[in-house]
Amino acid sequence: MLERITEKVAAGVPVDREEALWCLNEADLLAVGRLADDIRRAMHPDNCVSFVVDRNVNYSNVCESKCKFCAFYRDLGAEGAYLLETSEIMTKIEELTAQGGTQLLMQGGLHPALTIDWFEGLFREIKGRFPQVQNHSLSPAEITHIAQISGLSMPEALARLKAAGLDSVPGGGAEILVDSVRAEISPKKIGWQGWAAVMREAARLGMSTTATMMFGSKERPEDVVEHLFRVRTLQEEGGSFTAFIPWTYQPGNTELGGSRASGVEYLKVLALSRIVLRNVANIQGSWVTQGAKMAQVALFFGANDLGGTMLEENVVAAAGCRFRMSRDEMIALIRGAGFTPVRRTTLYKVLEKY
Amino acid sequence: MTSFASIAEKVLAGGRIDEAEALFLFEYHDLLALGELAQTMNERLNGRKVFFNVNRHINHTNICVNRCRFCAFFRTADQSGAYLMTLDEIRERAAEALSQGATEIHVVGGLHPDLPFEFYLEMLRTIKAVSPALHVKAFTAVEIAYLAELASLTIPETLTRLIEAGLGSLPGGGAEIFAPEVRNQLCPEKISGEKWLAIMEQVHHAGLKSNATMLYGHLETAADRVDHMRQLRELQDRTGGFQVFIPLAFQPEHSQLKVGNGTTGVDDLRTLAVARIYLDNFANVKAYWVMLGEKIAQVALCFGVNDLDGTVVEERIGHEAGAETPQAMSRDDIVTMIKKAGRIPVERDTLYRELQAY
Repeated sequence: MLERITEKVAAGVPVDREEALWCLNEADLLAVGRLADDIRRAMHPDNCVSFVVDRNVNYSNVCESKCKFCAFYRDLGAEGAYLLETSEIMTKIEELTAQGGTQLLMQGGLHPALTIDWFEGLFREIKGRFPQVQNHSLSPAEITHIAQISGLSMPEALARLKAAGLDSVPGGGAEILVDSVRAEISPKKIGWQGWAAVMREAARLGMSTTATMMFGSKERPEDVVEHLFRVRTLQEEGGSFTAFIPWTYQPGNTELGGSRASGVEYLKVLALSRIVLRNVANIQGSWVTQGAKMAQVALFFGANDLGGTMLEENVVAAAGCRFRMSRDEMIALIRGAGFTPVRRTTLYKVLEKY
Repeated sequence: MTSFASIAEKVLAGGRIDEAEALFLFEYHDLLALGELAQTMNERLNGRKVFFNVNRHINHTNICVNRCRFCAFFRTADQSGAYLMTLDEIRERAAEALSQGATEIHVVGGLHPDLPFEFYLEMLRTIKAVSPALHVKAFTAVEIAYLAELASLTIPETLTRLIEAGLGSLPGGGAEIFAPEVRNQLCPEKISGEKWLAIMEQVHHAGLKSNATMLYGHLETAADRVDHMRQLRELQDRTGGFQVFIPLAFQPEHSQLKVGNGTTGVDDLRTLAVARIYLDNFANVKAYWVMLGEKIAQVALCFGVNDLDGTVVEERIGHEAGAETPQAMSRDDIVTMIKKAGRIPVERDTLYRELQAY
């Protein structure tokens, strides 16, 4: 089987589901790593590893979705529930730009009272004050929710958000794009078709998007494979995914509980992502969930990007996983693995080589 | 001309690589190729088996006259946090470990300024009295040198007395890095690398097995690492007394020695892989999860490593230095971790006899 897959990979022929599943279940880690690394080096022959200087601003933790894997959400009015003032958000963005940040990743919960006017007002103000910052915000679940409570169709809402200053849509909330798994871990969240519909619409509007996958909770290896194939198909059909970002479920403080995916499992899924998703340019290693050591090793298992330095991150931290990374650490980590560090924009334009 | 291909060819033919080739591997960019070669070598020696044991660490005291600069564990006798366990406390810990299925007690501690030699003998007897089946792996070569001085005995005489009292084997600590210029900066008070090796040779001649370690990721160069492994390999050729090589990642967080930010994941895997390839006369290479983290330790099983440390109840030295790993892993945790790496978990005793495969 390895020979068959190796031949396909070398010939640029997409692998099929059976082969992908074999990589997860049967193959040796280094063999899968080798396939992924070959593809990664062919797709990124410049030997660079990129990152973006960004900040996650979580405008609210109030969320009606109440996913069982999430340690971040609160009910409206509950202790610890918050909604940031616009002035607080602006201060955070000022801090971001002061540090040379180029990307704002603003996400919150499915807040019952925030209709599209609130977001339009906010995004217009951000664009007006910080035109240089890429507003890479919300997620398909939030966009769908905002449309619903505002009495709009999803395409109408997305078009209005775009007009107000939303530049691109991050791929959060994908979790596992298989509804039987979603029913178990996030029963109130949009189904995989709902997620896909927003991403299709964003691409149609000319917005770039990313796709994520949260694994290591309740899914089977077959579900991981299905997720990857669904992303691949969406991309084939005109998707605008610039990157795929697999990361692992963090069980701390969650209703779902359980354990973390191991290091070997993470690297295998990461490598398989690179192998399956040849039509997605970039694969991100997740230092936020894996820590600096594993993120560096990930660069040999298909990852060519380490995402953002994240001046602020609250969601994963709420689940008891608190890694920190400065720009200097990021650069040293990439160099230490033998690659050239580059700082990029959200759209992967190189800003600076180190 | 040295190339990866020429090294791989040599290794696959069962040949031994030299120091220049080991250095080449330390600088070789293709981590996966290194891993593949180390994995091939490991599988030739150990198949798909990965060893672990169920043990308990007893760090009987943190009071130490050596005061090594990289160490965050030691205290002076009058410093707050200084402690010395009583024999009763040691007995309790050993008994608890036994009831949890431990087969080994791992005892290392500081070089205490006031304890008599008799205390150490009594400590060994105390543990053996809990159960003669408990293997006591105790005292680094550094402690052995100290005890010999304390008892005014030769090293062989000291070992004889300790063996009579129950000493079963020696851990590999205190090796740090042998290169004198680095060693002088790290731990000027500690015995030299030469002395460490000389004591280990005597330990092996006394019929005891021991482990060997290397502290890396501080001031040393790759050449120092290779030099360190060369001296271990030479001694191993003479005695065959080393059971396992254990590279220890320096933890700078709470250390006096402020160097770097700790080892990187790539460096950890590279070091383990080169060790596996270079140390052809060592049966086992261990990833010490306490210092590497569980994730890297698990990934290391695909980079030539065939041994994870024990379940390690109550480890203090690495944790004082800022290791973020849990205090203990259960047998189930370790078995699961090994299985998820596609390997066969085998519980071993201290002397690498197989007790049970999972």
